[in-house]
Amino acid sequence: MAMLNMAKALNLALREALAENDKAIILGQDVGYDEGVFRITEGLLKQFGEERVVDFPVAESAIIGLAIGLCVTGYTPICEMQFSGFGYHGFHQIESHATRLRNRTRGRFTCPMVIRMPYGGGIRAIEHHSESRETIWAHLPGMKVVIPSGPRNARALLRASIHDPDPVMFYEPKASYRAFREEVPDEPETMEIGKAKVVREGSDVTIISYGASMRPVLEAAEELEEDHGVDAELIDLLSLVPLDRDTINASVRKTGRCVVVHEAPKHIGPAAEVVAGIVEDSLLYLEAPIERVTGYDLVLPFFNSELPFMPDVRKVVSATQKVLSF
Amino acid sequence: MPRKKITLDNTIDSLSILDEKGKVDKKLEPKLSKDDLLKLFRAMTLARRYDERMLKLQRQGRIGTYGPALGQEAASLGPAFAIEESDWYVPSFREPAGMLYRGWPMARLMLWWGGNEIGATPLAKMNDMPISVPVASQIQYGAGIAWGLKLDGGDRVAVAFVGDGGTSEGDFHEGLNCAATFGLPLVVVIQNNHWAISLPRHKQSASKTLAQKAIAYGIDGIQTDGNDILAMVEATREAVEKARKGGGPTLIEAVTYRMGVHTTADDPTKYRKDEEVEPWKPKDPLVRFWKYISDKGVLDEAGREKMEAEITDEIAEAVQASESYEPNLMEPFDHCFAERTPALEQQRAQFEAYLNGNGNGKASGSASVSHSAVH
Repeated sequence: MAMLNMAKALNLALREALAENDKAIILGQDVGYDEGVFRITEGLLKQFGEERVVDFPVAESAIIGLAIGLCVTGYTPICEMQFSGFGYHGFHQIESHATRLRNRTRGRFTCPMVIRMPYGGGIRAIEHHSESRETIWAHLPGMKVVIPSGPRNARALLRASIHDPDPVMFYEPKASYRAFREEVPDEPETMEIGKAKVVREGSDVTIISYGASMRPVLEAAEELEEDHGVDAELIDLLSLVPLDRDTINASVRKTGRCVVVHEAPKHIGPAAEVVAGIVEDSLLYLEAPIERVTGYDLVLPFFNSELPFMPDVRKVVSATQKVLSF
Repeated sequence: MPRKKITLDNTIDSLSILDEKGKVDKKLEPKLSKDDLLKLFRAMTLARRYDERMLKLQRQGRIGTYGPALGQEAASLGPAFAIEESDWYVPSFREPAGMLYRGWPMARLMLWWGGNEIGATPLAKMNDMPISVPVASQIQYGAGIAWGLKLDGGDRVAVAFVGDGGTSEGDFHEGLNCAATFGLPLVVVIQNNHWAISLPRHKQSASKTLAQKAIAYGIDGIQTDGNDILAMVEATREAVEKARKGGGPTLIEAVTYRMGVHTTADDPTKYRKDEEVEPWKPKDPLVRFWKYISDKGVLDEAGREKMEAEITDEIAEAVQASESYEPNLMEPFDHCFAERTPALEQQRAQFEAYLNGNGNGKASGSASVSHSAVH
């Protein structure tokens, strides 16, 4: 066991992938000599060389497009978009080919690629460096969307994503890259994609979240218990596609009350899908309307004003109290 | 500091070997066996008759919208002929001549235009990508395939196609720039047919030639008479030979002309004068090649008639095969991911129940229902 932050844990997963699979290739801007703007690819060029860790021209569409061709010829590309805000250049190749090739060719050609991109606010960055647009990717048929929340699950899920036979959007909460450290097993641990995790058991209310928002949610749960005697159950979704409705249903059927939290805008956001699923499957178990604590339907303000626009402990506590007092 | 001229060492050749009268430039004439000439002529004729038949099928409502390649047969066939089976062929959507030559069953191409994914599925051993609809996007994965081939360490190459309209896309630029920077074994063929639906070539780009865009990428570019099958074979051979030796990509601009509609969904009389089309009629690739091979004694009139009769039968068989195909409506659920997600499992059950007459209702009990009705 080593105590690692998420950046180091992701680096470990990448290192393992390159060592285990000689067809695995990292593609991205400044991933080689610069070791990635967040240093996620630290030391990899030195260990694996320029053929395996490829500094790309500034061309996100080409990163995805060429990765598709690599997949067709039997390679395992791991793409890095420097920031999710620049990933949209690659959107066309993702929507037009990467997510469709398996279906189009009835399985003859597939795209076992991972697209890593850092998302989310709270790091005092300039415009285009702080948004949460996971809804866009989760809406594409043929795309899996995995969002880790801590070092251990980041490493295990990135390994699983690299092994996955289909394209995976690996959406990294950059505010959590160096926020805390956690014990990460020495042996190569892999987690199944599509399984949510109950990270805190409770009986009064279910709070569902993922990614960077898990931090304020965990803190809120502690405050709710200490200050208000509320026993909250917390679910970390870990992936939006597939979405683990079984875990959600089991918890909501137990507690009868639910709050869903994310940074992404509210309208047609992941919480809407989670709530719709609960309504379809578990409506009659509900004791109260479900609350959503999300980003507003706005561009996240420039960093001097961003924090009040993001989910925080006060918002989660308040929404939970509302659900409990219904 | 003085102001100096920067001398670029690239120039652009223009290559024509067989002119529109069927006269060949003896110095440039590629060495092709009688068999090869026959193969090329048959492939061009097959593609022409296929195209004509597809237009009729479209008018009869037996396929969907069709994008013909009339008059452009040489531009897609030459590169297909000049590469090996083990190389990769990455088409856009106006390359039926090359695709048929590469071994796509004609029925599958018909099925593609008839709205079936099986038409985008190459046979098991083919190194061919399917038709790509979003223009220029295929340059990118073509470059990726070339990258994979380079990493494999062999001498295989990829040939990718794009139209004159596609050269304005960012994907054209990004693909060529990366292929050039990485020195990938990629040949990009621009089928410059002068029209991108209603936009003429001169409104597409201010460049004098499209081939000269190669200079900006630091690679070789060549303009060819795209209606001259010999020039297309020769230019591709040169580019492929260079790529096999690690010489990187080449951009070939095949100057041809869209004799017909963009697709059957548009009407060129709205934007294009008939007078513009007229001068291209004598430049037909098939007419000049027929003159060339008949002058050479490769094929006589009787032999051609026999070939045409065989082709008529082949097309009839393909029509029949394509029209007897029934899609399996459950199949899309099997090809979204390697394994169905729980959501897709549920939706599949609902869809199956719907197909069996149970509306959008609960799927219970539907799992045992046979799929035979939709095979």
